[in-house]
Parts: sequence; structure tokens; C-alpha cells
Amino acid sequence: MSMLNIIINDVPLQVEEGTSILNAAKMMNVHIPTLCHHEDLCVAGNCRICVIEVEKDPNLVAACATPVREGMKIFTNTLKIRQARKHILELLLTEHNINCIKCSHSNSCELQNLALEYRSDEEVFIDLRKMPKPDMSSFSIQKDDSKCIRCTRCVRTCAQLQGINALTMAFKGNKAKMSTFMEKPMIDVVCTNCGQCINRCPTGALTERSYIEDVWNAIYDPNKHVVVQTAPAVRVALGERFGLRAGHRVTGKMVASLRAMGFDSVLDTDWSADLTIMEEGTELLSRLKKALVDGNKSVALPMFTSCSPGWIKFMEHIFPEMLPNLSTCKSPQQMFGVLAKTYYAEKKGIDPKDIVSVSIMPCTAKKYEANRPEMRDSGFQDVDYVLTTRELASMIQQSGTNVKTFKSEPYDSIMGESSGAAVIFGATGGVMEAAIRTVYEIVTGREVPFENLRITPVRGFEGIKEASVLIENTVPEYNFLEGVELKVAIAHGLANARKLVEAIKDKKVEYHFIEVMACPGGCLGGGGQPIPTNLHIRERRADAIYNEDEKMAIRKSHENKEVTALYADFLGEPNGHLSHKLLHTYYTERNRY
Amino acid sequence: MSNSEEFISQLADKHGRRRESLMPILQEVVDEYYFLNEERMVNIAKELDISTAEVYGTASFYSFLSTEEQGKHVIRVCQTIICDMKRKEDIIEAITELIGIKPGETTHDGKFSLEYTNCLGWCHEGPAMLINDEPYTKLTPEKVKDILVSYMKK
Amino acid sequence: MATQLKRTDLVFKEDMDCNALMHKVMKMGKDEFINQMMDSGLKGRGGAGFPTGLKWKIVKDSPEAVKYVVCNADEGEPGTFKDKEILDKACEKVIWGMALAAYIVGAKEGYIYLRGEYKYLSTKLKIAIDKMEQQIKALGINFTLDLVYGSGAYVCGEETSLLQSMEGRRGEPTNKPPYPGDIGYLGKPTIVNNVETFVNAMIIAEIGAQEYKKLGTKASQGSKLFSVSGDCCKEGVFELEMGMTVQQFVDEFGDGDTKAVQVGGASGFCVPRKEFAKTIIGFEGVPTGGSMKVFNSSRSMYNILENYLIFFEEESCGQCTPCRVGTQQLLKGVQAVKRKEKPKTYLDDLLRLAYTMKYASKCGLGRSVGNAFRSIIENFREEIVY
Repeated sequence: MSMLNIIINDVPLQVEEGTSILNAAKMMNVHIPTLCHHEDLCVAGNCRICVIEVEKDPNLVAACATPVREGMKIFTNTLKIRQARKHILELLLTEHNINCIKCSHSNSCELQNLALEYRSDEEVFIDLRKMPKPDMSSFSIQKDDSKCIRCTRCVRTCAQLQGINALTMAFKGNKAKMSTFMEKPMIDVVCTNCGQCINRCPTGALTERSYIEDVWNAIYDPNKHVVVQTAPAVRVALGERFGLRAGHRVTGKMVASLRAMGFDSVLDTDWSADLTIMEEGTELLSRLKKALVDGNKSVALPMFTSCSPGWIKFMEHIFPEMLPNLSTCKSPQQMFGVLAKTYYAEKKGIDPKDIVSVSIMPCTAKKYEANRPEMRDSGFQDVDYVLTTRELASMIQQSGTNVKTFKSEPYDSIMGESSGAAVIFGATGGVMEAAIRTVYEIVTGREVPFENLRITPVRGFEGIKEASVLIENTVPEYNFLEGVELKVAIAHGLANARKLVEAIKDKKVEYHFIEVMACPGGCLGGGGQPIPTNLHIRERRADAIYNEDEKMAIRKSHENKEVTALYADFLGEPNGHLSHKLLHTYYTERNRY
Repeated sequence: MSNSEEFISQLADKHGRRRESLMPILQEVVDEYYFLNEERMVNIAKELDISTAEVYGTASFYSFLSTEEQGKHVIRVCQTIICDMKRKEDIIEAITELIGIKPGETTHDGKFSLEYTNCLGWCHEGPAMLINDEPYTKLTPEKVKDILVSYMKK
Repeated sequence: MATQLKRTDLVFKEDMDCNALMHKVMKMGKDEFINQMMDSGLKGRGGAGFPTGLKWKIVKDSPEAVKYVVCNADEGEPGTFKDKEILDKACEKVIWGMALAAYIVGAKEGYIYLRGEYKYLSTKLKIAIDKMEQQIKALGINFTLDLVYGSGAYVCGEETSLLQSMEGRRGEPTNKPPYPGDIGYLGKPTIVNNVETFVNAMIIAEIGAQEYKKLGTKASQGSKLFSVSGDCCKEGVFELEMGMTVQQFVDEFGDGDTKAVQVGGASGFCVPRKEFAKTIIGFEGVPTGGSMKVFNSSRSMYNILENYLIFFEEESCGQCTPCRVGTQQLLKGVQAVKRKEKPKTYLDDLLRLAYTMKYASKCGLGRSVGNAFRSIIENFREEIVY
């Protein structure tokens, strides 16, 4: 790459060829406002708020969409620019439902921030607002066209990161709008509910469907015993909503604030993540045994993980012929849910009908998952309400507290203990790492041969990762795996997942076990996490997750004593009869188009 | 209207199954069935292996690829300035009087739709209209009646 | 007075032997012909006015193996119908002009993007294409030409938008750079030229750059087809040298009571009577893709402006803010002033907005909406207000 000389606001600068004016300005700490631009997405250049002036060009140019040229003289703060930006902002506000007081994205709305910055307090132009009713059909995603600024960030997210294209721009001119197929309600379209569109919406046009009021009502109901579980990725992101830097862990403080809010029992999805490893690891070994020892050709391999409900719905829609390859294990949320209303109820002597089960998730797809008709093996809806990290932050604020000011407290028992292997579920590659730590040890009787249990080949943010583990000197029971090179792959983001599945279908690659997370970075980048999101933020959250792992007293799922106790007291053995009844599920073929 | 699956599959054989095949396929489906409905767009998405939203988003961009019900003969009367000056409203009135529909409507028998369109490139011979692909120019209310009567027989 | 207008007859002249001209260029050599094109001063006839020779040279010099030639026959500018006339009466010159471009730059495939409104011309075009393909094969050149259709979207006349449409997408203009000459149809270097431009390339092949340059003015060389309509003594397509004044034009075509001439269609400029004499039609004055709409004093300039704005509000692609919302605001704004819901000073707010649209829009459509708006408001303010 050759270096180009440019001048921004009279200050000379050298930048690499191909750099956009926006990024060049950023290097000099010159802030250019943006709306349609998002670091995770391709350039659109359609909001025009980032226009700047280039010497000798009579028109303004979009800083995000224009690469620098040698000798370019750039001005970012002129009368012409200011007038244009104010106009563009005012135009957007004439289309926008500015009922900001009642908008849940008020604190993360980029349009609102810009309006404040430019003090857009007078209405020059004519009100063009159309006020369609929000689409509340989905359990996960609420779509409110009245707040859409047509930046297409959601459309690009759905297309580029997830490869789904559930959203599109439709019509043109004054009728141009963000839409689904035939403007169908979100529940009826090919959508995985991943919520990545929400994370990238600059306004409140896309939000999670909120269940905050239902949860408060349950808490205030004296006849209800409300249990709450918290997913691994929540603890490394919740602090962002309280002004802490990305990656600041608030595990114990979060537990304390939940307890203070009035939840009767504060428990951990990490516990059921460890349980998932026991079930899924056992399932993998039994599939491998059937294939390698019994020569059973009908065994579906590779086996895919099943923790990510966005990924599950993706498979049901896009690759229904591969459904047998999905592990039948329920996700940790649902394993927890079914056990809360059976095992926990029994141990605590509470009538399961009086238990309200709440989960705090980095995820919007979990809301849909909890409402699946098959997720009622306890005899009740196993998980009653799913809240995102963002909703939890709101509830903490509503209760008049701040997560920062609490002293750390431990989780309650039972179903509160966890291992480091469970917390890394929150990062891409984490389930794989947790599974390898346990499976390798079960098969060989030894710890995985990685320093401090860090299985680095499965870590990191590369879209598709591959690794292999050579299995040697097995314990007698698993000698059928002697000398086998266990091949694994990991994908995150559904566009990557699609590439991987297609390569498998085309027999271009062969693996035994594959982890897929629907969201970029895994759950830590989930659709329910604090906004904004970008690679840097996701990296900080991942660092926090791996730090948490190393701080844990136990690091391997099979060493979780509350899980061992569960098998001893209640379930019997992994993949046993009761496990199958409660902890495993089935999948449904859905339309691809 | 019968199931479009086979017809669309043949179109895909003819135009290919790449993204750039989408426009000609959409156009020929509209030629055959007059408009795009859910079933047709799903079949197109299947053939090209793209999402239905992409088919809909693309089709709805173009005025001639209607995603709402349209009649067999679509009458498009030019509304742009010169035809407007040459009294396009008289033409619309004559059509409305004859077939009983206003711009934006379709006759009950599904035979005609009437809409305004933008410049047809016949300003020098306005007022002008298209019926399907056929341009009609230097229109008068009397001339319009003769033209429509000939379409009623089609 | 009419004698002052320089009429030419190059585009529709019937004795052009395209096959022989192709042979002539082959003997001349590609580089020499590119030089002729550059020397001729030919600028794109769609209205934007990019030097055609340079465009061809960029694509010719590209090392890419696959290249395309696209004819922009998506003539949608209100008041423009000269491309339709060319395709109707002289389509072989267009088709051979494309073959010529393909030969020069090394493209093997070409497409005519014909607006859906002109689909009735396709039978004629297909016959001419078949004939050309056979003849060119005999010359040893491998070139195939296909017809593709628009479906009613004015913005597809913008070249990047046209290519998006050809690729089966929404016809939304893309960011420039990259330009189609570098990254065009299916990501390959692509020449996109207007119908008339290809004919002019053939004319240059026939008469040479020296003769061609004698026509028109320094900034606007060659002759140009004008689509003349409105309150005229004669309407239709006329081939004239560029560089005439609006007064000269009105003297020949007006009905004796001309109040204003809209040069360049809805996206062009409205020239009021008082400026007829000093306004030159061409790139040094008001540029035009050839649309000349003549209005006499019986016409309401408010109606004309409102009609344009309705057009733009519908035909904006809708992706960029200044154009999507700006067109709506200009329309609703003049309507509100007319109805006295807004004070007449509101027109000044709208004028400022029109400037923002010109500076900040993503493509030529949004950038030119303000042209008609400003020239009508500035010259006929009293007609808008009262």
C-alpha cells in the first residue's frame, strides 16, 4: 500500500491508499458525524450527514464513501457543510417519530444525539410523519417504521453478517421504506430473531420485544417464587450501560442488584452450561461410537452445537435436511428452565405452578426459544420471561440502584455453581473449548494438553476457525478413539455459518464436531447486548470472559459439584432416560423462502 | 390464475439462475400474469435461491412490476408537464367514463387497470398513454374510446 | 431569423455504410481512433457531458479480460424523446456504434438497456442486432449484443443505477468512485454511453475529428439532437449545432408568446424571457441532454414547478436523505405557500434547501432537482406566491 499525502483542515497527514476521508479524519481526532455508517458493515453513503468539502469540488462529498486522493485538501467544518448537515438532520427529523421520551432507545439513539449536538430545536420544514403501528408480532424483535431513517444498517446487517436478507428496502422515492417480504409481520418471515439488526439500528426503529412489566408483576406477586438465571455474556457487558468500559466484569454486583430488586433466587445459566457440556459431550461420544465402532452410517456427523437459538432457527429454515446433525441438547437456558420447575421445585418444596422463571440473556432469539411450544417439558412453560442485558439495565435503573455501587455477592444455590468452562460459552469457540476440556479428559483420563487449559486454536474472531486434537492413550472404554484426530470447526455470524454448512454439504471439508453461534463474536456480541457494538467492544468483552474463566476455582464442566449432584440425585446419568425427556429436544423444518 | 411454478422454472432455464436473471424473470412473469403476488415471488426466490424479501424489494422499486393486483390491460396515462398542458385530464375522464375506474383502480372483471405514469417520451405528440407495451399518442377523448373498445374485444 | 440556426443532418442521414466504417476503423487502428475520439471533443449526449474518448480510453487501457459495452437507452428525462427517435429511425448506427466501442476497448458483450416504455421498439431492434452480429462476425470480430429492459424507474438513467438494475437489484445509484469504467457491470470495466453518443462515434468514424470539430462551439462540439415540445410552432426532434442562444431557438420554434424555456428537462434550468438573448445552449451556458420545453404566457409556472416536483418525489430512488426528503419538502413547501399556509419567505428556506440538495445528494438526480426549482422560484416568484 502506498502512502498518500492529504491535508485536513490545514493539517498535513499521511495515510494509506484506500483510506476513507472519514477514517483519515478519525486519525487526527477530527470527528465527522455519521448515521448510515457502521464499522461492521459495508459503506452505503446514503444518509449524507458526513458530507465534507474537498478543495476544487463544487459539491460536498460523503466522507464515509470517498477514498482519499494524493494532495486532497479536505475541510470538515465550513459554513456550507454546517448548513447541509443541519438541513439533512432537519429533513430526517421531519420523517422521524420524535416521541423520544417514550422510546426505549432514547439513551442510545444516534439521531437524538446529533439533534442535541446541532441544537435542532426549531421546526423549519413540514411534518412528513407517517405513524404506522409498530409490528409487535415477534416474540423477539419489535419493528417500528415510524422511527426508521432508511439508513439500511439493518438491511446490510441481515444480508452481510447474517446472510438472511429478511429485511429489504422496498418501493422508491417518497414511498421508500424498510420492509419484510410483502410487509409481512416479523413472526411470519424467514428471520432467525438474532437481533443483530437491533444492535446496529441508529434509532429505535428496531428494538427487542420487552417483557419488563411482566417480570416486575411477577416479582411483586407475593404468591410467586421468581427465579432468575443469568447468561455468561451478560456479566461482561452489563456494566457498559452504567458507564463502565467495555469488558468490565460485574458478575457479583449483578447478582447483588438482582437480589435487591426482589428476585427470590438468583441463579446461573453457567450452571446449566456445564450441564450442557455433560449432555452434549456424551452425545458426541455416543455418535462417534456408533459411527466408528458400530459402523452405523445413519449417524449424523458432524454434530453441530445447539446452544444458539438463532442458529437453530437458521438451520430449520435454510438447511432442514441437516437437522439430524444438530445436537438434540436444549440450550443452557432451556435446560435450566425445565429443571427449575422440576428438580429445583422438588428440592425446594415449591409447587412448580408458583415458580416464575426469568432469564437474563445477551440475546433476542432466546425470547422466541422460550416461547417454542416444545419447550414445556416441565408441564409448564419452562422459561416464562426472557430479558436482554439492556432490559436488565433498565430494570436496575427503575429500581433506583446502580450496578456499580453494589458489593459483589455470590449466586444462590442450588443451580448457582459453575466452572470456567461455562463462562466461556459467551465467546465464539467457548462451547467448543469447554467441550474439548471435558471430552478429552473423559476419553484419555488426562487434562487437555494446553497450557493453563487455554485451547487457543478455537479462540479469536476469525469467521470460521478449524482445529484438531489427536487422541492418544485412551482409557479402555474409549479405545475406539485411539489415534483419532478429532476435527472441529467453529463459525460465528450466520453468513459464516452458511459458508461452513455449504462446504460440509459439498463434502469439501470434514469434521466431527462444529460449534456455531448466530452472532458475531458469539453471545458476547448478541442481539440483546448494550449498544453500540463494534469489533473493539467485542474484543474487550471476550478478554473479560477469558479472564473470568481463569479466576474460577474449577475450570471444567465435569467438575461442577452441583451438576454432579444433579445426576446423582435426580437425572441418573448423562443422556439417560430422564435427561432425554427433559434436556433434549427436536427440530422443525420451516420454509426457506 | 394457475400455479406459476412451472412457468417460472422455465423462465429460469431461459434467463439463468443468477442474480442478474431477476429482472427479465420478473418482467416476463408480469407479462404473463399481469402482476406479482406472494406465490409468484416465492417461486422466483426459489429458482434464484435468494430471499423473498430481495425479490420483493427489487420488484417494488420498479413502477411497471406491480406487487399489487393489476388488470390484463394496464393503461398508463402520462402525467408529466407537456401531456398535462395538453389536457391529459380529459383523457383520464374519458377513460373513467368508459370503464368506470379512476387512476389507481382495476376493473372488477380484472380486464383494465388505470394509472398515471411519468414522461413516456411522447411530449411532441401528447397527450400520450401506454396500454401494456403499446404507445398511443395525440389522444382525444374520442380516439381513446375507439382504442379502449378494441381492447375490450381482446 | 430562422436562418441563424445551424441545422445539420448527420444522425438521421440515410447513406451511412456502417459495415464499411467499421472496416475503416479497423484499418486505422484502435489507438488512432481513440485519438480521433479524444480530438473530436465529443461529450456524452445524455446530459452529464463526460468526454467520450476519455471514457473509452480508460476502459481500453484496463488490463481486465472481460469488459462490457452498455447503451443507456433509459431516456426518461421529461421532455426528452430523441433517443426513441434514433432507435426508431437509425438504430443500426447505435448498434454499430456499440460494436465499434466494443472493438476498440476489447469487449465481447454488449447490452442495450431499453426503458420499458420503449419496449414496442424491440422487434425492430432485434432484427437490426441479428444483422449486425452476422456482419461483424464476417469482419472477424466477436461481439454479441442483447436487449435488456427497464421497468419504469427514471433514476435508472443514472449509469450506476442502470448497472444495478441490470444486475437484478433495486436501481439505486452507487458511490463514485468507483466509476463504471473501472468497476462496472458484474464488477468489470464497462462503457456506459447514451444512444446518441454511440451514433456520434459513428459520425466521427465517418467524417473524422477535423470535420466534426467544425460543428458547434469549443466547449460543445458537434451537433446535437433536440427534443422540442410545448407551446411551439413545431414540435419534434431537430438536429442543431450547439452554441445557439435561447433567443435564436425561440425565434425558430416559439409560438410568438414564449415566456420561458425549460432547457434540459425537469432536471435542467428554466430560462425566462429576459435571459433568452444572453443564454447559450451548451456546456458553456445551460447544458442539456436535448430537452427543450417551451412555455407561453398562458402557462402557470406554479403548475409547471409542482408537476416537476411530483415527478421527482416519485422518481427519487429514496436512499439518500437530501433527495428523498428534500423532494417531498420542496413539493409540500410550494403547495403550502400557494395555499398561504406558509409565508412567502418560506420560499427562501426552500431555496437554501435546494442548494443543500445540490451539494449533498448522492447522485445526479438529487443534485439537479434544485436546478428547475431555483430557476423557477428566482424568476417567477410572484407566480408561486399568488
